[in-house]
Amino acid sequence: MGFPYFGGRAPEFFNPTTHEEVLTRRMPAQRVTLKDGSTRLAVTVFDLFLANYGVERGFGDAAASYDADAPYTPAWAEKVCGVPRGQIITTAREFAANADKTRGKSMVILGAAVNHWYHGDMIYRGIINLLVMCGCIGQSGGGWSHYVGQEKLRPQTGWVPLAFATDWSRPSRQMNSTSFFYGHSGQYRYEKLGVRDLLSPTAPEDLQGALIDFNVRAERMGWLPSAPQLQVNPLRIVEAAAAMGEAPAAYVANRLADGTLRMSCEDPENPANWPRNMFIWRSNLLGSSGKGHEYFLKHLLGTTHGVQGKDLGEEGGAMPEEIVWREAPDGKLDLLVTLDFRMSTTCVYSDIVLPTATWYEKHDLNTSDMHPFIHPLSAAVDPAWEARSDWAIFKGIARRFSELCPGHLEQETDVVLSPLMHDTPQELAQGVVRDWKRGECAPIPGKTMPAVAVVTRDYPRTYARFTALGPLLDTLGNGGKGIGWKTGHEVEFLAKLNGSVTVPGTEGKRPRIESDIDAAEVILSLAPETNGHVAVKAWEALGKVTGRDHTHLARGKEHEAIRFRDVQAQPRKIISSPTWSGIESEEVCYNAGYTNVHELIPWRTLTGRQQLYQDHPWMLAFGEGLCVYKPPVDLKAHMAMVGRQPNGHRELTLNFITPHQKWGIHSTYSDNLLMLTLNRGGPVVWLSEIDAAKAGLEDNDWVEAFNLNGALTARAVVSQRIPEGMIMMYHAQEKIVNTPGSEVMKTRGGIHNSVTRTTPKPTHMVGGYAQLSYGFNYHGTIGTNRDEFVVVRKMAKVDWMDEPGPTAMPVAAE
Amino acid sequence: MKVRAQIAMVLNLDKCIGCHTCSVTCKQVWTSREGVEYAWFNNVETKPGIGYPKDWENQDKWKGGWKRKRNGKLEPRIGNRLRVLAKIFANPDMPQIDDYYEPFTFDYGHLQTAGESKAMPTARPVSLITGERMEKIEWGPNWEEILGTEFRKRSKDRNFEAVQKDIYGQFENTFMMYLPRLCEHCLNPACVAACPSGSIYKREEDGIVLVDQDKCRGWRMCVSACPYKKIYYNWQSGKAEKCTFCFPRIEAGEPTVCSETCVGRIRYLGVMLYDADRIEAAASVENEQHLYRSQLDVFLDPSDPEVIAAARRDGVPELWLEAARKSPVYKMAIEWGVAFPLHPEYRTLPMVWYVPPLSPVQSAHEAGHVGWDQALPDVKSLRIPVRYLANLLTAGAEAPVVLALQRMMAMRMHMRGRTVENRIDTDVLEQVGLSLEQVEEMYRVMAIADYEDRFVIPSTHREYAENTFDLKSACGFSFGNGCSTSGSTGANLFSAKPTSAGRQSPRVEIRRVPAKQPEEA
Repeated sequence: MGFPYFGGRAPEFFNPTTHEEVLTRRMPAQRVTLKDGSTRLAVTVFDLFLANYGVERGFGDAAASYDADAPYTPAWAEKVCGVPRGQIITTAREFAANADKTRGKSMVILGAAVNHWYHGDMIYRGIINLLVMCGCIGQSGGGWSHYVGQEKLRPQTGWVPLAFATDWSRPSRQMNSTSFFYGHSGQYRYEKLGVRDLLSPTAPEDLQGALIDFNVRAERMGWLPSAPQLQVNPLRIVEAAAAMGEAPAAYVANRLADGTLRMSCEDPENPANWPRNMFIWRSNLLGSSGKGHEYFLKHLLGTTHGVQGKDLGEEGGAMPEEIVWREAPDGKLDLLVTLDFRMSTTCVYSDIVLPTATWYEKHDLNTSDMHPFIHPLSAAVDPAWEARSDWAIFKGIARRFSELCPGHLEQETDVVLSPLMHDTPQELAQGVVRDWKRGECAPIPGKTMPAVAVVTRDYPRTYARFTALGPLLDTLGNGGKGIGWKTGHEVEFLAKLNGSVTVPGTEGKRPRIESDIDAAEVILSLAPETNGHVAVKAWEALGKVTGRDHTHLARGKEHEAIRFRDVQAQPRKIISSPTWSGIESEEVCYNAGYTNVHELIPWRTLTGRQQLYQDHPWMLAFGEGLCVYKPPVDLKAHMAMVGRQPNGHRELTLNFITPHQKWGIHSTYSDNLLMLTLNRGGPVVWLSEIDAAKAGLEDNDWVEAFNLNGALTARAVVSQRIPEGMIMMYHAQEKIVNTPGSEVMKTRGGIHNSVTRTTPKPTHMVGGYAQLSYGFNYHGTIGTNRDEFVVVRKMAKVDWMDEPGPTAMPVAAE
Repeated sequence: MKVRAQIAMVLNLDKCIGCHTCSVTCKQVWTSREGVEYAWFNNVETKPGIGYPKDWENQDKWKGGWKRKRNGKLEPRIGNRLRVLAKIFANPDMPQIDDYYEPFTFDYGHLQTAGESKAMPTARPVSLITGERMEKIEWGPNWEEILGTEFRKRSKDRNFEAVQKDIYGQFENTFMMYLPRLCEHCLNPACVAACPSGSIYKREEDGIVLVDQDKCRGWRMCVSACPYKKIYYNWQSGKAEKCTFCFPRIEAGEPTVCSETCVGRIRYLGVMLYDADRIEAAASVENEQHLYRSQLDVFLDPSDPEVIAAARRDGVPELWLEAARKSPVYKMAIEWGVAFPLHPEYRTLPMVWYVPPLSPVQSAHEAGHVGWDQALPDVKSLRIPVRYLANLLTAGAEAPVVLALQRMMAMRMHMRGRTVENRIDTDVLEQVGLSLEQVEEMYRVMAIADYEDRFVIPSTHREYAENTFDLKSACGFSFGNGCSTSGSTGANLFSAKPTSAGRQSPRVEIRRVPAKQPEEA
């Protein structure tokens, strides 16, 4: 059998190796007779797994020893990554020996860095393979411990009804931000990473196109969500369908099939498909997290930017197949509103900044799945000046919006498209890949295309509904991750706790959600993690699926109900719930996969087992059926800038690495004076002494790093701890502090994401196939940036660009 | 024998993660005031490096600490009383602001008030001393963090003495450690001796060294005399300030702010009994490498009946004696010998001690062996050179540091053997002279490090010093001026006039440079 090998494709810097593109291996096989009477050769995944890594099984075609120059031997790994083979072998042996002696208490804690490589999922799978093979998964004290950047919300099932209003209407519209911004900030227009560079040599010939094409196909087939969804006002669809005498879902499917209706993703630059209003809350999109910052400025905001490259249209490159190519607009948003408690970069770029309460001026909850506690945020003082709590701000917007609705938006029927969702029957919708647009199948909502639902809106009553718990919890119940339970008791209880109100158009009285504490109580009452009764119900619901009784995991805490005031008195430990695969008990700390192993709960995979082999056609086409070595990709953004705008100083090309924020908290506090004092008082980049010497740089010199994506300016920290060939910038050192103008961009120097660009990976777009199905905040494309290279040089002129703009009136000096 | 008690500190550098929480909380509580913006009573340095202020360990330059004269007597290195007075107006051994760093803030307001401009606005740095814009920030209190700046510059670090240092500048041989620093509350403080005004004193009851703000005349001889450069001049008040060991907390039996907030749980506080009569002799031994041992000899065994009797006679409260017997500092410094004074060669007999950090054993590593489950590895080949640690902690004497590191390794090997291999192997403990009970207690105190095991602090006994019954209800709410009814209180509940006392934010007015006008405006 042939196994694809990608190690030869590594860009120069990353040590390419010379081996066959397809490694042929023999393995033990059994001929089996299929249902239709035909016969096939069958092998076990374990045999595939060993053959893929070249473990010699007596056929004489694999690696003869650890020292053999064959893919996946320690000698090969030494060549690729530079770590001596002896150290690799010792580490592996000690890890495994420890797991053996302790029944699996060997653990890998992995940080966010892994996620920042284009093929980060291969690194993930590598680690998972190691842990599976050593028997560590789900063993207390061992196994898989994810760290930053992968947090989930503990009382998630209590939060969802409040956050997405599933107590009033379902489903809600959700979107994966990576794909959204890849399209709407026009980054796909500059894509230089070809799918051919990514595909396996064994991939079928007809699988081609640009990365955006794969995303569009994924949206079309219902794998990924879309925003906007259709190129018509979704409030008009029901009417139009009625006129044709069709049901709304059938209408959408039929019109998509005959081409009279289009999905917005196919024509992203059409003004009808632009995002127009954006609210940013709890994010620093433009000062930190948005990869491809300068593209955001150019195409989404339409402001001064530093994009250096030309798009494919101007360059005459291979164009995407699935989208309408139009001239790029300079700005799409009409309104940008940001809620924050400090003047972040995002705030500086916003039309409206709504000052929010800080952590000590509001009541709120704080949780993650990385520790077992529910924490409060408590108002020690009232919000300063005009600030309000987040809850109060959104409530205020809801109130005013409701008042303004009459005459414009009344009771309306909306048509909502949803992808084939994880943990629903739709996740098994597509065993084969068939694109209705290409005539490979008919568009069937919820099967071969997104599900289509009609949702009734009552816009003038938005505020009334915002401040009350809706009736769908009584009729449909609540749940999450594929299991549901009734919530009648909790709704009754909340009516007693929070009081109740009359909502026009709704029968009876509803529990009130007036204050931020009321809202917190809704979450705490509905979530199994904070309400013992719900936890028992949730385990019972899971028991119906597994045929086993799991309620013992929560019985001891059945009568525990955590209230907001309890958490305020002292953070409380959560109650074990089937939303999570770990439990909380006196004996066992949270450990991913624990209940799968010890409660015999099937794994949420196609096979119900720990699955090391992925047979989805796209996974196989990209050579990722098994975990393989995929070198970093060549993003081709730096070479074109070498020597293009000389400033007299020597230019170096370095791999650009952005470690997790330091001297701040995620995107926050990067401008705090104490933090800035403990760092170096503004943006810095780190580089090696060797490279600094080559570039004639000394510690604290001003440097510029740039490529086709843009440029950043910062002072250099020269350090022996940085290996040659790499430059490093910690996240979120915002340009609002001590950042001079860029010689390359002729405007203010950028942030760390000014030299990056989003590059989505097709295998992350796969949907409708068991564990490979979309889930909000769980599955979808990711932004990566560590494969990026920049040109680095000392700055010749430090220009602060303090002058007023050309349209500004001169201001008399103070 | 004259028995005195001091609350001393140990920092376990093996567990310091360099998060600077100690520095931040200390700064917030003590030095977020005008005049001391640049002062960090507690700071964390990355070693190797020249530190904060620059090159503070170079006593050839700064003349801190004591000098042993040919006759065996000690004298402050800056000179005797007469010499000090002679150069009182032109002290040559005084660090300048740039040796610390010029404290800065940013023109944050510009982000909100900037008009339409050519480029996105940015808040530029402004000096907290002059209020003028700073074109470039050139240094800070943590400049060398995680080995920032070239090895060539950082390796001026004095602890490289007698170390072949060049190879340590190479990527593969890189080593580093964190060194959190604060006032050492020395038994033989040079600052006290150097003060012409007699304003610095060491408290009898708990050993804390303080500056009497009423007596200080701002001569700053203490700044020069302190070899740790842990006394700072407040340019606003014109007086010296220093770490107070959070005495109001210590008096109440609570740990210092830096200890309380330490994320890595590396700090320990406990009572040490010492013989005040032995201090002079201990600080004066001729060979610098014997100073660590001679300081150990100053400490008294709190379980020794003779010591207890003498302590009672000298007025040490009973609960302090009990606390001394439970002291984690005593255990680490004396019983297990794993904690050491910082630069004993300064002869100040410091009372903030350090457990040296372990680091990977290079030779084992090279031989393809990462763990230590066989025999005790050779600590001579640790990634951090032993001599470097010895220069920091024992004036260069390697043997005590080696034994400490071996004991810490033995502790790990023992625990690993017990939990993983299911065997108790006392051989390795015997090699390093530890009993089973000792190593189990070491593990509890140093690895688990529960709050109660880290901080054994008896509250102060003011009843011995004053008639507290008379003080009862004597003074209500005040602004720190006691019950004084006359004179300026500095603050007044009934006046609208703002006061600058206790201001948290810098008062410097930012002077904006008028923006250049566009040529054709």
